[in-house]
Amino acid sequence: MATGSNMPLLLLAILAKVGVVLLVLLTTVAYAVWLERKVVARIQSRWGPYLVGPHGLLQPVADALKIFFKEDIVPTEVDRVVYCLAPFLAFSLALLSISVIPFGESVTIGGATIHFQITDLNVGLLFVFAVTSLGVYGVALAGWSSNSKYSLLGGLRSSAQMISYELSLGLGVVGVVMLAGSLSLREIVEHQSGLWNVFVQPVGFLIYFTAAVAETNRIPFDLPEGESELVGGFHTEYSSFKFAMFFMAEYANIVTVSCLATLLFFGGWLGPVFGPPLLRALLPVCWFCLKVFCFLFLYIWIRGTLPRFRYDQLMAFGWKFLLPLGLLNVLVTSLVLAWRST
Amino acid sequence: MVPLAHILALSVILFGLGAAGFVFRRNIITIFMCIELMLNAVNLAFIGFSRYLGNLDGQIFVFFVIVVAAAEAAVGLAIIIAVYRNRGSLSIDDFDSMKL
Amino acid sequence: MAPLFYIFAVLAILAALSVVLQRTPVYSALSLIVVLCSLAVVYLLLGAEFLAVIQVIIYAGAIMVLFVLVIMLLNARQETPSDRSRLARWLGAPLLLVFLGELLFAVWERFPAATTRAAALPDAGPRAVGALLFRNYVLPFEVTSILILVAVLGAVVLAKKRL
Repeated sequence: MATGSNMPLLLLAILAKVGVVLLVLLTTVAYAVWLERKVVARIQSRWGPYLVGPHGLLQPVADALKIFFKEDIVPTEVDRVVYCLAPFLAFSLALLSISVIPFGESVTIGGATIHFQITDLNVGLLFVFAVTSLGVYGVALAGWSSNSKYSLLGGLRSSAQMISYELSLGLGVVGVVMLAGSLSLREIVEHQSGLWNVFVQPVGFLIYFTAAVAETNRIPFDLPEGESELVGGFHTEYSSFKFAMFFMAEYANIVTVSCLATLLFFGGWLGPVFGPPLLRALLPVCWFCLKVFCFLFLYIWIRGTLPRFRYDQLMAFGWKFLLPLGLLNVLVTSLVLAWRST
Repeated sequence: MVPLAHILALSVILFGLGAAGFVFRRNIITIFMCIELMLNAVNLAFIGFSRYLGNLDGQIFVFFVIVVAAAEAAVGLAIIIAVYRNRGSLSIDDFDSMKL
Repeated sequence: MAPLFYIFAVLAILAALSVVLQRTPVYSALSLIVVLCSLAVVYLLLGAEFLAVIQVIIYAGAIMVLFVLVIMLLNARQETPSDRSRLARWLGAPLLLVFLGELLFAVWERFPAATTRAAALPDAGPRAVGALLFRNYVLPFEVTSILILVAVLGAVVLAKKRL
């Protein structure tokens, strides 16, 4: 705990960090949309956004302006309180989990130590799962409050899908936690300084990534919000700013899950570090961003390539294949660890 | 450091509110939620005592209470669904076929 | 530290009042989620960090999702006030206050704020809780796993349309 004299300075430092991280996250979310449109377009042999700015780089700005000026329609029969609450809930929860993600090494420049993380909880990984569990409410409440059959069906299906794949998501990382002996994200990354976890826990990585794609309602698991199936799913009746919040929440979730995948399996910020102290401080952050970018690209690549699962196939896959595989992974990992320690 | 009496006072108030809701509400799902509120009040008391006695046994109890509450919620809600299918109503005033 | 406890205690009490007094079941469920999350913060302030996160993941994130989904499925409407017993309505609130007052008095007398001293803060991280759970309390742990299995089977059988 900080002493009385340091408290205002500490608070200021934390606020500054929160501001910077939020700004970077929101810009990343905006340009993740641009990246998705470009990559999917190239996969489909067309150009994608091209006119607004060089190579469509100002397209997110144009989209944001359009969303702000659109009419905000609230249907008459909706439950107003919950209808307005749901997108805010979804968006704020999507932004909350970034607070435990470490971006780089702690560096000491001059006399001050800079931690590239807003807070290092010793149960950091569980905190991210807690926020993910609460994220189901945004979807379920949106579907219910809209008072329309497409929304309700989409909301129920989507929330059932999310809670089913949460289990596999957790089981996929239990192996990593057993290896590192800690739930703190920083310690899990520091444990990988010898060998990245993806080589030690390949099955765990595959389980985690598949469950993550299902959790974020992305293709191939996006039946609850696919246009040809359920009109718009849980966000059918939303327009303008509230719809934009759902959209941004989805991409913020993708960014969070990609950050977690790099931290847990691909060594986080670890990579070749050289040069003067300032470069030494910034290079780990660059490696981290590069790895997260690779995961975003992978997400978009999968979206452009695979068809979607039918809902019963989706649920059967999650419960009858991924969950037993996760349990088997935990069993094998713990047996190997127990045998190694004797 | 928060005095133990204040922690237990919060626990007692929450328990009392849960008990009041349990007795006065008509909708069976709301009654069920008041049961969960009472369980949480008890959990808070356990954690308060665990903090003041300096050992973790209270927290283990809370762990088990949460697990049992989960099992109870699952089975209870399944029963409510079955009853709704048979009676068509969620008000406990309508579940009086065993009255004398 | 202490003011934070009182802020979240007041939030929990207000939300609990909302759970008990709201007509619409969905609003009651949302208020209960607020109670659970503020209690999780209180657990954190009392040093139970692992249990705080478990409370959010399991209680607020899974059990309450079950409640909310069942309310949506059964389309639970607003509750009409009961016209059964007028005596209960007039006698209820005062009796409740008497009950609460009695309990609070008993607590105040037994643990006066001035003389009750706290022991040292135990390390309540996942490692310590796990060690205790899997060494001293391994039998209850295994029994609760059977309990959960029975609950899963029971829920599936009870909620089926046709066996």
